[in-house]
Amino acid sequence: MKIDASKPLEYSTEENSNKIFGFWVFLGAEIPLFATLFTVYFVMVDRFASGPSGSELFEIGPVLIETFLLLTSSFTIGLAVHAMRLGYKKAMMVFMALTLLMGLGFIGIEIDEFFTYVHEGATLQTSGFLSSLFVLLGTHGAHVSFGFLWGTAIMIQVWRQGINPATANKAFIFSLFWHFLDVVWIFIFSFVYLKGLM
Amino acid sequence: MDLEKFKVHGEPLIYGAMISIALATIGILVGLTYFKKWGYLWREWLTTVDHKKIGVMYILAALLMLFRGGVDAIMMRLQTAAPEMKFLDAQHYNEVFTTHGLIMILFMAMPFIIGLMNVIVPLQIGARDVAFPRLNAVSFWLFFFGAMLLNISFVIGGSPDAGWSAYFPLASLEFSPTVGNNYYSLALQISGIGTLITGVNFIVTILKMRAPGMKLMKMPMFTWSVLITNVIIVFAFPVLTVALALMMFDRLFGSQFFTMANGGMDMLWANLFWVWGHPEVYIVILPAFGIYSEIIATFSKKNLYGYTSMVFSMLIISLLSFLVWAHHFYTMGQGAMVNSFFSITTMAIAVPTGVKIFNWLFTLRKGRITFTTPMLYTLAFIPIFTIGGVTGVMLAMASADYQYHNTMFLVAHFHYVLIPGAVFAVIAGFHYWFPKVFGFRLNERLGKHSFWWIVISFNVTFFPLFFLGLMGMTRRMYTYSEESGFGPLNMLSFVGAVGLAIGFVLLVYNIYWSTRYMPRDTTSDPWDGRTLEWATHSPMPVYNFAIVPKVQTRDAFWSAKQDNMPLFEDKITKIHMPSNTGKPFILGVIFFFLGFFLVFSMWIPAIVAGVGVLIMLAAMSFDRDHGYYISVDEVMATEKKLMRGETV
Repeated sequence: MKIDASKPLEYSTEENSNKIFGFWVFLGAEIPLFATLFTVYFVMVDRFASGPSGSELFEIGPVLIETFLLLTSSFTIGLAVHAMRLGYKKAMMVFMALTLLMGLGFIGIEIDEFFTYVHEGATLQTSGFLSSLFVLLGTHGAHVSFGFLWGTAIMIQVWRQGINPATANKAFIFSLFWHFLDVVWIFIFSFVYLKGLM
Repeated sequence: MDLEKFKVHGEPLIYGAMISIALATIGILVGLTYFKKWGYLWREWLTTVDHKKIGVMYILAALLMLFRGGVDAIMMRLQTAAPEMKFLDAQHYNEVFTTHGLIMILFMAMPFIIGLMNVIVPLQIGARDVAFPRLNAVSFWLFFFGAMLLNISFVIGGSPDAGWSAYFPLASLEFSPTVGNNYYSLALQISGIGTLITGVNFIVTILKMRAPGMKLMKMPMFTWSVLITNVIIVFAFPVLTVALALMMFDRLFGSQFFTMANGGMDMLWANLFWVWGHPEVYIVILPAFGIYSEIIATFSKKNLYGYTSMVFSMLIISLLSFLVWAHHFYTMGQGAMVNSFFSITTMAIAVPTGVKIFNWLFTLRKGRITFTTPMLYTLAFIPIFTIGGVTGVMLAMASADYQYHNTMFLVAHFHYVLIPGAVFAVIAGFHYWFPKVFGFRLNERLGKHSFWWIVISFNVTFFPLFFLGLMGMTRRMYTYSEESGFGPLNMLSFVGAVGLAIGFVLLVYNIYWSTRYMPRDTTSDPWDGRTLEWATHSPMPVYNFAIVPKVQTRDAFWSAKQDNMPLFEDKITKIHMPSNTGKPFILGVIFFFLGFFLVFSMWIPAIVAGVGVLIMLAAMSFDRDHGYYISVDEVMATEKKLMRGETV
């Protein structure tokens, strides 16, 4: 494996830079995926049949905490990548751990939110609006949950093997994924919650 | 547990199928054990990450599915061959036309094309493999087990029966209470994920792994078509992913996406399905255009006419393919403005397609044409596809479409587009590239026999359907009365279908015959080819090229031969290769069980399988195998052997 020392570790081999490019293409596919889910949601947003509407359900408090957690975690994963480039393994591990913990907090609040909705009688089966809401939020939440497992797997590898071209590449790609989830959340926050609360 | 829901009742045909599946499975297992081939199968095929072998497996699976879908087709034509036929009942007929469509598009045409691109694209761009060889294996096994999941449906629980487009509310639990459409959503989902991964893989491969000097506008036309196709895949398949997931939620968990009460909206399905479904048509057609371009240039001994306009017309077609989806449901009351928009965008596709047709004709003009089997398919494609295109424009006019909507006219039209556009192309490509992979040609005489059977029978089968459509015979009708007068033309169509079957059987016989008796090809360049895949040995060694070629012109190999432009100037160095892995296969198996358990709402086993998927993904992430090197000596030894015409 040829290592090009003029590039950051995560880009340093041909395989590595292909993987990063490939992941960007994959994120390119995630855009139509979420765009479709948002479209479905916008089509369904007023079709709440006999169930509750968004303004009756949404509460700004927990959503703000979710937003705070996810946006901060996007910042800490950036710090983790920065530490990685400087070769600080320990700092990198700490920032990744912080990122994942905030991700976990986010998932916890979302699960709690879902339980509250169901408790209030707003289930997946109630109306077209709620079906699309649960599936849009759930898909994003499933991505975060998957990210939590994925990030944990990468942390174990960095911890065991140190920062090398392979682990740096994985961690960097993970950071792209995590930032992307943040972008999607900004759309959810604006167009689902804020618009729904209006 | 309730075993009753696994059973499919009352059809002697299905019992027959069950017995033959069981016998075939036992036969394969016994055969593998008797000839001690288990180890060989595992080491050489199930664990392979070699793009050529993966391509061959794709094509084998596609050929198998061609026969499965073909049997469906014959059953349909037989059922409608005469008025009041009693061969199939209505339910079985519904299942047959649904699986025929699904299998032919998703499990025959697409994998055949993906198989060809797996084998050929890395060779055409002078690369040693695709960008992500292991992911490539994952793609294949997900496709394969998705296909298997759909295929077991007709003996376990019942096949989907709401048409290949599965329109709601027809496909909802209320109107389609069997597990058939559960199979639909899960089998397509699993293989669709595989296709998406292929899309990512090939975009990276083509953009990042071309031989030095091969600029984008020097790429062979097939590679261009594959690149554009994969971009369509990456944008279109996520829509299918979402649509199928919503379908699954509706059917398994009682959500209200496509219901007619509680705020659901059945038209949402039609929109989502065709936002994916129409580009899908071009995912199948564009690579076919690429194949034809290669074949026409090779067998006319001329450069492809209008290379740049060929590329741009494909780009325009790919853009337009996303803007036409609503032409699939003009008559569902979307209003004159919407219909006009989709009518115009749809007809606009005829323009770049026409450009391509004329380019092919101009390539032929004054060419030194040799009428080989692949060339015959190509030449037959042009007029037949044009009939399909012209009738397509007829259908594209929204006002006129009210007349032929949902009739056999439509069925005739899309078979006139898809069979020459996709099936002839993959068969032509199969004949054309066969010697590259196996080191000998298919027999030309047998090839031409099967060509004439297929081309003539195709017209006999589908041309009558235009008239039946205009006479008012709607599609998906399982029987009709004597007085309708549909009988004679339907009988003619059935006769054609039998002829088609004979043609395809001859094709397979040709593979068998040629494997046994055709002389081995010692030149590696049996057709006097133009592109890089012919510059290496046939069959090619695992590393494709001992030395990475340097490209200076379009049709680099042709220039190398004609103008003495050297391709291989560097020295041989050690070659890095990825090592085999069984994990993609195991992942596919687990996905198969996950899908099966979900189809029957068996939640606990499904959760176990879901955890299994995560474990396999983790296992792949923790895998530290970075492949191996082939030493210079080994490469030299292999090259010497290949030069002497031995196989390695």
